[in-house]
Amino acid sequence: MRLIRNVAGVVVFLLIWEGFGRSGYLPVDYFPPPTVVAGTLADQFSSPEYLRALVATLLTWLIAFGISVGVAVPVGLVLGSVPFVRDATRSVIEFLRPIPAVAMIPLALVLFGNGPSMKITLAVYAAIWPIMFNVIYALGQVDQQYLDTARSFGLGRVRTTLRVKLPDVLPFAITGFRLSATVALLVIVAIELVNGGSIGIGTYVMQYGENVGHMDIVFAGAVVAGALGVLINSGIALLQRKLVPWGGGTE
Amino acid sequence: MLDVTGLGHAFGANQVFTDISLTVNEGELVCIVGPSGCGKSTLLRSISGLMTPKSGEILLHGQPVRGKVPGDLAVVFQDYSRSLYPWLTAAGNVEFPLKRLKLTTAERKERVREALEWVGLADAGKKRPRQMSGGMQQRVAIARALAYRPALMLMDEPFASVDAQTRFELEDLLLRVRREHDCTVLLVTHDIDESVYLGDRVVVLSRPPATVAADMKVELPAQRDQIKTRASEAFVSLRSEVARLLHGSGNSEENETEAAEE
Repeated sequence: MRLIRNVAGVVVFLLIWEGFGRSGYLPVDYFPPPTVVAGTLADQFSSPEYLRALVATLLTWLIAFGISVGVAVPVGLVLGSVPFVRDATRSVIEFLRPIPAVAMIPLALVLFGNGPSMKITLAVYAAIWPIMFNVIYALGQVDQQYLDTARSFGLGRVRTTLRVKLPDVLPFAITGFRLSATVALLVIVAIELVNGGSIGIGTYVMQYGENVGHMDIVFAGAVVAGALGVLINSGIALLQRKLVPWGGGTE
Repeated sequence: MLDVTGLGHAFGANQVFTDISLTVNEGELVCIVGPSGCGKSTLLRSISGLMTPKSGEILLHGQPVRGKVPGDLAVVFQDYSRSLYPWLTAAGNVEFPLKRLKLTTAERKERVREALEWVGLADAGKKRPRQMSGGMQQRVAIARALAYRPALMLMDEPFASVDAQTRFELEDLLLRVRREHDCTVLLVTHDIDESVYLGDRVVVLSRPPATVAADMKVELPAQRDQIKTRASEAFVSLRSEVARLLHGSGNSEENETEAAEE
């Protein structure tokens, strides 16, 4: 039933888009309807150059996401467990966190050049916060009685961390993963679009679409980026159901 | 086996109890009953070593307990939903404290199976806490304590969060398992009837700052019955005795206390 409703929503959206695109209100070249975009997509997926760009973006994303998880989880655990360290770093974090990653492009260009490592660095910069904050927050929220129970059975600090705190934090961390994965993708495509340079779908859209007025390619790029976002999100949601069968955290 | 002498504690300027002394002998079930705010839970937390009281001494097997939880003690809390770990199954929760003990896997599994059977949950081992009713969850918590084979089991209002029917069932369950497995239990409750129904002895605390108002032996047969025992003359006279000690005279105050406890 839910699937039917979801599909119905998409169909209605496409119909409105198609109707609007064909209405003549805007030139078809500027606002291509989905039938035109679908044709463009089909062409792109048979073009090796486009596929290379797609793979490049995905790889960049995967590396950036992996590094974000690898950095943010341990750092979050340390910051969340040691009150002194948490307090000492709080204001620095609060200062760094709201700076948009895209605003750091000039700095990153100087430091890393215009290659994948620049994209990865900025994506990591943007993506570590949601995971880190969720882990820190969740560690602070572990129910006192969970800890009392462990203590009353004589579990020490290390065992309590491993067997009580970590499983309790896990659902929050995974929620952080979902947010971070989307943010990383967003930042990578945005850098490609703004800056071009290294290979990726954003760069492809800029070269063949934006710069030469091919709006169908711009739209196709948006559709692909959106689809990637949905796929990544549902992939992590699946992971969440596998790893957190008790449905904790979010309640 | 448990000797508490001159225990006192205050939160800031607020003295919760002073000069509490009591003993629990091997194999006994002792109930502590007191009005709300008299520091029953604080007392139990002190005895369990989860917190250190301001003054007094607690000896378990002659060894002092001060802010360190003794290894042969198990606590059953009132709020089972925050005491069982939702990521573990019922069996996993029962097994949780056993992993620390030097047992083989087979011994551990056997203890888990046995403890779940004692509380009537032999088939529910694979369920997770959130798939179980409150009564079932508290049974798991009791099974967890039993499987740990503690010398002393501390219970903090263990049946206060379940409905009346389940409460009777769990009370009888406790009486049965302690009879069959020789447990020593110290149980805290605000419910006068419960304290008399369950206890071999009832320790009555006064209003805060609380002291021991009475330490009474419950002269009831070991085999108790929810209907008959509660209707017996001995039970009725004991419960009114405890009620008198708890509330003193003055009905308005009694109502106030009852209301505060709801």
